[in-house]
Amino acid sequence: MTVYLPIAELSVNIFVILGMGAAVGFLSGMFGVGGGFLITPLLIFYNIPPVVAVATGANQVVASSISGAITHFRRGTIDVKLGTVLLGGGLVGATVGVWLFSLLRRMGQLDLVISLLYVVLLGSVGGLMLWESLGAMRKAAKNLPTALRRPGQHIWIHGLPLKMRFKKSKIYLSVIPVATLGFLIGMLTSIMGVGGGFIMVPAMIYLLRIPTNVVVGTSLFQIVFVSAYTVLVQASTNYTVDIVLAFVLMIAGVIGAQYGVRVGQRLRGEQLRALLALLVLAVGIRLAIDLVIPPENVYSVVSGGFGY
Amino acid sequence: MRASLRLLLTVLVLAVAAPVAAQAPERPLERQITSFNEKLEIGISTDEIAITSDFRGADLTIFGAIDGFDPNLLAQGKYNVVVTLEGPKDNATVRKKERVFGIWVNMQSMTFELVPEAYSLSSTRDIATIAPPRDIANMGIGVDHMRLVPLGFFGDGSNLGEFRNAFRRLREESGVYQRDPGGVQFISSSLFKASVRLPANVPNGIHVVRAYLFRDGLFVAAKALSLRVVKTGLEQAITRAAHDQPVAYGLLAVALAAITGWGASLLFRKD
Repeated sequence: MTVYLPIAELSVNIFVILGMGAAVGFLSGMFGVGGGFLITPLLIFYNIPPVVAVATGANQVVASSISGAITHFRRGTIDVKLGTVLLGGGLVGATVGVWLFSLLRRMGQLDLVISLLYVVLLGSVGGLMLWESLGAMRKAAKNLPTALRRPGQHIWIHGLPLKMRFKKSKIYLSVIPVATLGFLIGMLTSIMGVGGGFIMVPAMIYLLRIPTNVVVGTSLFQIVFVSAYTVLVQASTNYTVDIVLAFVLMIAGVIGAQYGVRVGQRLRGEQLRALLALLVLAVGIRLAIDLVIPPENVYSVVSGGFGY
Repeated sequence: MRASLRLLLTVLVLAVAAPVAAQAPERPLERQITSFNEKLEIGISTDEIAITSDFRGADLTIFGAIDGFDPNLLAQGKYNVVVTLEGPKDNATVRKKERVFGIWVNMQSMTFELVPEAYSLSSTRDIATIAPPRDIANMGIGVDHMRLVPLGFFGDGSNLGEFRNAFRRLREESGVYQRDPGGVQFISSSLFKASVRLPANVPNGIHVVRAYLFRDGLFVAAKALSLRVVKTGLEQAITRAAHDQPVAYGLLAVALAAITGWGASLLFRKD
């Protein structure tokens, strides 16, 4: 059964899209990630124009992160004050990102930049995760205790001015690194269609030394609002949010996620991380191959344009 | 046969009785034809086509008649008709990928000014055999003679031909530019029927049907009709909403995501 996607302007098999949404939902439930970084490349592999894939991916992120955010809110594991500072940076970052997105699109370099960013990001994050999880598995095999994270010494980040007290996180921290982190993640959200949790969570833990118990909830809090804002801005400046595609993806995604969570609880942490790392690397490699092999047609034509 | 003739006559009467649509912008060529007796009349049953979302392309039939013809020449088959359907115009940018450090990157680009988004041509024979190629080219009939003027172009023009060819090829491959040298048929001595193809991805807007009459290789008369193509259905409503009400559309998309996510967390809640 085919369904016509009005904004992507092509007909797709609805079962492929449902399957994609369910598979990514399953993985995101299993690994506790948003899934934006998988959904966008998969859509691109399925010939959805990257401009539409990114904006629609952000819409899917809203759906997949909101239930997590609600759960954390009920449990009281969101530092709203910290989240608001992150969000402030995130909104500015998303605005700049959408502006860059439009600029690159006019220049005809958007598809290339999206692919390159994915290759770099997925390659490095996947590589690091694989390295770390293999190390943990080796230690577990030798019965060595896994290294506990030490609270660590203060680094230069903690010497920055404009300090603020975040009561829930029990830290006293400059707003500069927090807002900067939010800004960078916001830019990634609007250019790549990802929530950015897979970068934000480690950055909050290792760089900002924020207690682990509030990290996931607070990052979800920021992701929900920044991705919702991105969808709004993309819809009103680039007209690239495909509501039909997004809806099919999110319905399949939220159901898949429920089953993913159940399977995830039965697997061991480091095995889970190694699997996710392999998956992330595979997607990155596939995108890299597409950049390198000679294209079928070196020419392409689009309507519009201003002659530069 | 008789029924179809009657239908045809009705269509022709309609076409004559409804000259509203017939006054589309014409090329100055029409001035030179005053010395000929022949006149061309064309008609379509409607000036608006509503296309549903499951549209997979269709043939549009245009009826026409030649008035004031020379019976001898007609009997010898010296009259030829070319019918084109030209879609709304927009700029089009062609880009060319080149290898840079092993990666394929869009490097050169060229924007052509106001080219039709769709173009279908039908004729009684191959247009190259209807009139001298230079005349056909001057009149801009056919994809090969379409005016492709680069916008804001500063280069030396050495790659102009390359980009024009690429543009034509890409548009023909995607099916929005088509030709059918046999799509116009005489159904009686001076009545003809032309079928032009509406591609599956036909653009919305005002399309112009043009008919050209040639007598023994000479351009004699032309006529134009405009045709409004309106897409209908849910998908079209969504596209329109996305472009006309982008903020409301964006809010709806976010709301849909929020409800789906929240609904799922309620539905699958364990505690």
